[in-house]
Amino acid sequence: MLKINNLHAKVEDKEILKGIDLDIKAGEIHAIMGPNGSGKSTLASVIAGKEEYEITKGEMLYNNNPIDELSAEERAHKGIFMSFQYPIEIPGVTITNFIKTAINETRKARGEEEMPANQMLKLLREKCSMLEIDRKFLSRSINDGFSGGEKKRNEIFQMAMLEPTLSILDETDSGLDIDALKIVASGVNKLKTKTNATVVITHYQRLLDYIIPDYVHVLFDGKIVKSGNKDLAIELEKKGYDWIKEEINN
Amino acid sequence: MTDLKEKLLSSFIAFENQTNIDSYVHDIRSEAIKQFESIGFPTKKLENWKYTSLKKLLNNDYSVLPQLNNVLEFKDIRKYLIDDIDSYKIIFVDGKYCSHLSETTHEGMDICILSAALSQPKYELIIENYFNKIANDDGITSLNTAFSNEGAFVHIPKNKFVEKSIQIIHFSTGNESSLMFQPRNIIVVDENSQVQIIERHQSLSENKVFTNSVTEIYAEKKSIIDYYKIQNDNLQSSLIDNTYVNQERNSTFSMHTFSFGNELIRNNLNISQNGQFIETTIKGVTIIGEQQHVDHNTLINHNKPNCNSHQDYKGIYNNKSTGVFNGRVLVNKQAQKINAFQSNNNVLLSDKATINAKPQLEIYADDVKCSHGCTVGQLDKNALFYLKSRGIPQKEATALLMYGFANNILESVKIPEIKTRINHLIANKLGVKIGFNL
Repeated sequence: MLKINNLHAKVEDKEILKGIDLDIKAGEIHAIMGPNGSGKSTLASVIAGKEEYEITKGEMLYNNNPIDELSAEERAHKGIFMSFQYPIEIPGVTITNFIKTAINETRKARGEEEMPANQMLKLLREKCSMLEIDRKFLSRSINDGFSGGEKKRNEIFQMAMLEPTLSILDETDSGLDIDALKIVASGVNKLKTKTNATVVITHYQRLLDYIIPDYVHVLFDGKIVKSGNKDLAIELEKKGYDWIKEEINN
Repeated sequence: MTDLKEKLLSSFIAFENQTNIDSYVHDIRSEAIKQFESIGFPTKKLENWKYTSLKKLLNNDYSVLPQLNNVLEFKDIRKYLIDDIDSYKIIFVDGKYCSHLSETTHEGMDICILSAALSQPKYELIIENYFNKIANDDGITSLNTAFSNEGAFVHIPKNKFVEKSIQIIHFSTGNESSLMFQPRNIIVVDENSQVQIIERHQSLSENKVFTNSVTEIYAEKKSIIDYYKIQNDNLQSSLIDNTYVNQERNSTFSMHTFSFGNELIRNNLNISQNGQFIETTIKGVTIIGEQQHVDHNTLINHNKPNCNSHQDYKGIYNNKSTGVFNGRVLVNKQAQKINAFQSNNNVLLSDKATINAKPQLEIYADDVKCSHGCTVGQLDKNALFYLKSRGIPQKEATALLMYGFANNILESVKIPEIKTRINHLIANKLGVKIGFNL
């Protein structure tokens, strides 16, 4: 589904990604771990299409088509979704208006009809109950005055509504208490199918107790230095990242 | 073509001949026309008019005493009313009261018209107490005072909660190519009473229209007044809207001004707090483009201690439009322990749009809490990326952010139907579709 070959990217003349290779297939869950500043969030933003990042080398193929030149909205229309580490507050725009616009613009771009209001309403209700969200939440302004947990739950709610094929969850566990973490993780698991894929970016192993990855990659200084299965995450949790650093230096 | 000032001066006698010259108001009008004669129209040389020129506006050959030529029916005006609420309606067409479209009352309160109040003896006392008592004697207000004869007259006696809102709408049709109107409204709300008022000026033709409106509002002790101005007229129309508010002890006054239309709008909003424990809220949303011009000139006069004022104006300017925010908060020496907040935020969507913002705090008391902020900016890039990453294209994402920016002001609007209406106006103005309400 997503194939990344030797990807280099910089922001304001600072090279952050220094040759990333990744191959993500439908039905898989990949975890990307690594210490602070290793380039995890940059990788997520580059895949989602944030304009400040410049790709200097390498390529990203999505279903065999290059996406490097596509705008963020065009990538979203192809089914790429990113859950933000720090979701943006937008006072004055309700979640309902936001999600309705997002869904219908995506359908429009795909040459489909707008979603009828009653179907939209039904979908909103379904996803709310799936994520244990009070429906009053829908008439609130986007992330405005939300707690950390509410913001993250809102991200997963949007993911549930948009039904992406590739979801990148950037530090979704940060700022969540254990109950919120369980709800968010169970939402992600319920949305998992054989035809979509998920990339979980996290600093800690904790989230991976609830979202079980097929592959774990360790990102360090802009490169993937080690890959393995879920046992790698457990090892990292025990030994810390210094162990990886030492291994690289040797 | 004669000069507009000359024309107005020479029309004054003809105007007075239509009215009762033995009245109390006659002397006030005569003084006012003299005042206008000596001061004239404001020019950019005046500090308060530095960024708004009336030159082009005054260059038309207005019919200054327009005649009523057209009969309107409800279907012609319906879309300009908030028609999904039960309300009193005071409707004027070409400066004349239109009874068959209006719904007024004299039962327990007076929701009617100024010409009636000026001509009937039973209103003599109230006219003497309230007519032209707080309006300034600057050129533009004096001009209105000189020609004042018609407009809304609202008097709510003590301890009345007026359940229905009052809609005051001045329509213009006219067969003349350029028309000038000078409506005069008086609102008196006595002790412990409450009222909500919606005001609008609307042209129904392509004729040039120049409206110079004056409204005097008296909020007596413990009264609550919520006032809404919808300024969304066509681009042939210009409006100078002068509003004077006098607040007494424990009163609450709010004004929301929505400026989307017109060629030129100048709002002069002067509020005087004359007792303790007064609340004043004034807010505005301006969204303009083309070569439109909107000027908000506000003054809040804190004369007494323990009062609050809250001021929040937002503006979005596109194309070659220009905006002015000149907000003055004056805290007099005896006005201790007051809390004054002022905020003015602007977004320029085009390189050719201009905003002149001049927030002014003048504080002569020493134990007060005052803050003001003023911003001029472009859009938040991170917010734009957030929306785009959800599949919302650049143009729609921009519009949605603008919508959120402006929409924030609506939170304090107390009439839900107005909120919905303004919501739609803002969305239309920005080209955004808005969602259903759950």
